[in-house]
Amino acid sequence: MSADPTTVLAFETDCHIFDGCGFPAPGLHSFVFEPMFTLGGIEINKPMLLAVLSTVVVVGFFWAAFNKPKLVPGKLQMVAEAGYDFIRTGVVYETLGKREGKKYVPLMVSLFFFIWIMNLWAIIPFAQFPVVSVIGFPVALAAIVYVLWVSLTFKRHGFVGGWKNISGYDPSIGPALPFVMVIEIMSNLLIRPFTHAVRLFANMFAGHVLLLIFTIASWYLLNGIGIAYAGVSFVMVILMTAFELFIQALQAYVFVLLACNYIQGALAEHH
Amino acid sequence: MSALETLAAVNITGNLGSIGYGLAAIGPGVGVGIIFGNGTQALARQPEAAGLIRSNQILGFVLCEALALIGLVMPFVYPVD
Repeated sequence: MSADPTTVLAFETDCHIFDGCGFPAPGLHSFVFEPMFTLGGIEINKPMLLAVLSTVVVVGFFWAAFNKPKLVPGKLQMVAEAGYDFIRTGVVYETLGKREGKKYVPLMVSLFFFIWIMNLWAIIPFAQFPVVSVIGFPVALAAIVYVLWVSLTFKRHGFVGGWKNISGYDPSIGPALPFVMVIEIMSNLLIRPFTHAVRLFANMFAGHVLLLIFTIASWYLLNGIGIAYAGVSFVMVILMTAFELFIQALQAYVFVLLACNYIQGALAEHH
Repeated sequence: MSALETLAAVNITGNLGSIGYGLAAIGPGVGVGIIFGNGTQALARQPEAAGLIRSNQILGFVLCEALALIGLVMPFVYPVD
């Protein structure tokens, strides 16, 4: 009676409570996708397709908005300008200042909208998968920021100055200096990129698993007395979807905010 | 004896990963409470600084929450099989 939950979607089986089959719980197997088709020798599966679609959406939206910019903006241009200005003034200029920040605005705007659209696929019907819950995507984005700020540190301060910046070298601390330097080096070079990527990944991973649990439970409970509980579970699906809407935008904003913070720390002058 | 065998010997069974997450959520729970509690107090003292306080709250919350989420994800990294 029970089908293998790793290959068959829950609602394709006839497995309900009191039927004798166990609850087809979501797990890591829910995040592994078979390739859908092959394009030029590369196998494309669902997360990759959604990532490409996110790129198309972001590029298409900003192209359509800013292709023929008018002095008195039309509706699309106004919305795009509001989004662009939110990141530029609210995040980049706040942390980096206007003079330094000008160079990094395109990267930060692209990162924010790319991550936000990739997150949004989690609640859009037929897609329903947050692309960043595949660990490769946040790792790649965090690696871009990591390489950027490390190279900026060494370019701005030279080799010795770069290591002083990364280790937080400050002779006025006194005897605690070796400990502070070791902790700072570990924090800046190892732990911060790790948490930068894992924060985004774990938020979307946990949100997707929660949505999966309540959705599968709504189907699983549709048998006998379970129908009342299936209704409750479905209400939870709706609440979690609303919560996910908030978390998706917040995590994209925070990724960009922390990226700007790291760059600002790299460019900071020695006191 | 591994941790699981020790626990099973005293009749505690179940998913060690869930227990690990429960322990991992203690610290961030306290931390997030402190952040938003103090933030609310600051907001009450000086409502015109709302934007500044809110952005600092978000930054602090996100840094704190990261640890709880790493605790949520670790049982999937090391599955018990």
